[in-house]
Amino acid sequence: MAKFKKDGKKETPAISTASLPDIVFMLLFFFMVSTTMREVSLMVANAMPQANETVKLEKKSLVSNIYVGKPTDSYQGAYGTEPRIQLNDKFATVGELQAFIVSERDARKEEDRNSITNNLKIDRNVTMGIITDIKQELRKANSLRVNYGSTKRPTK
Amino acid sequence: MAKKTPEINATSTADIAFLLLVFFLATTTMNVDSGLFRRLPPYQPDVEQNPPKYAKRNILQVLVNRNNQLAINGELADVSTLKDRTIEFITNPANREDLPAKEIKTIELFGPVEVSKGIVSLQSDKGTSYEMYIAVQDQLTAAYNEMRNNKANEKWGKNFNELSPEQQEAVKDVIPMAISEAEPKSIGGKK
Repeated sequence: MAKFKKDGKKETPAISTASLPDIVFMLLFFFMVSTTMREVSLMVANAMPQANETVKLEKKSLVSNIYVGKPTDSYQGAYGTEPRIQLNDKFATVGELQAFIVSERDARKEEDRNSITNNLKIDRNVTMGIITDIKQELRKANSLRVNYGSTKRPTK
Repeated sequence: MAKKTPEINATSTADIAFLLLVFFLATTTMNVDSGLFRRLPPYQPDVEQNPPKYAKRNILQVLVNRNNQLAINGELADVSTLKDRTIEFITNPANREDLPAKEIKTIELFGPVEVSKGIVSLQSDKGTSYEMYIAVQDQLTAAYNEMRNNKANEKWGKNFNELSPEQQEAVKDVIPMAISEAEPKSIGGKK
């Protein structure tokens, strides 16, 4: 008969944590690849409307953002409550749009200049007057690719 | 006698990595930009003063006023009906006289096909809200997407999105997205 010997309390070996940094680095790289840097701090309200037929914007580097909306609470004192355009980090008027388009174009490589998409991130409460002015300026600047920013409506 | 180098304590790498992770989580955003893509017509001041004339039957007039009400060919309508109206208008299944004419065009991969001459004319007011405008654009996009899907299914038995780029271009030529946007009017009041 075999004898099973129990030699008392055996100590559980400590779990090796040597691979923990690797796991965390993996997470880190995942987030670095799948996310983008927040480029501008929003100074206008930006609740975008919902639509069913939205498509995703490809090529982040070829997108230039134009924000339109009511200034947020902290800016209302200085800029009022009428919808304003925000380009990069400051408020702008419709007249400054063409200069903005030119500078966006200059910042891109030569071969990409014609494929810049203007992403119009417009608050849902804005009226069409200012939007048409913007579209008119874009046409004058010959920057014709436009994306009407809207979020996908959740399917019922 | 070679002295053995003591192993570097690596316990804190995890903490450093966590710190980096938290930093990236805080400064980056996950959301993908999405929206309705459109190509604006080039700026031609002389054309705008003398717009080209089209036969009445080839135009579907969509009006949105400042109270966000929609009119299709002069009759009040609900936004949700716009998609079906557009599809009926563009395809003109019964070849009716008051709906758009079709012309035979030769398109690669398709050969000679009937291409509708129909144009959707979208006119909004300066007081129309952007939300309403997007709802209208959404319906129009849905209409064109459905027609293209039907065409793709008819020809290749696949949805439009599953086709190769050349096939997609061909379908786009057969069903061109013809949405003309007139300058908004400012009837009755400011803004």
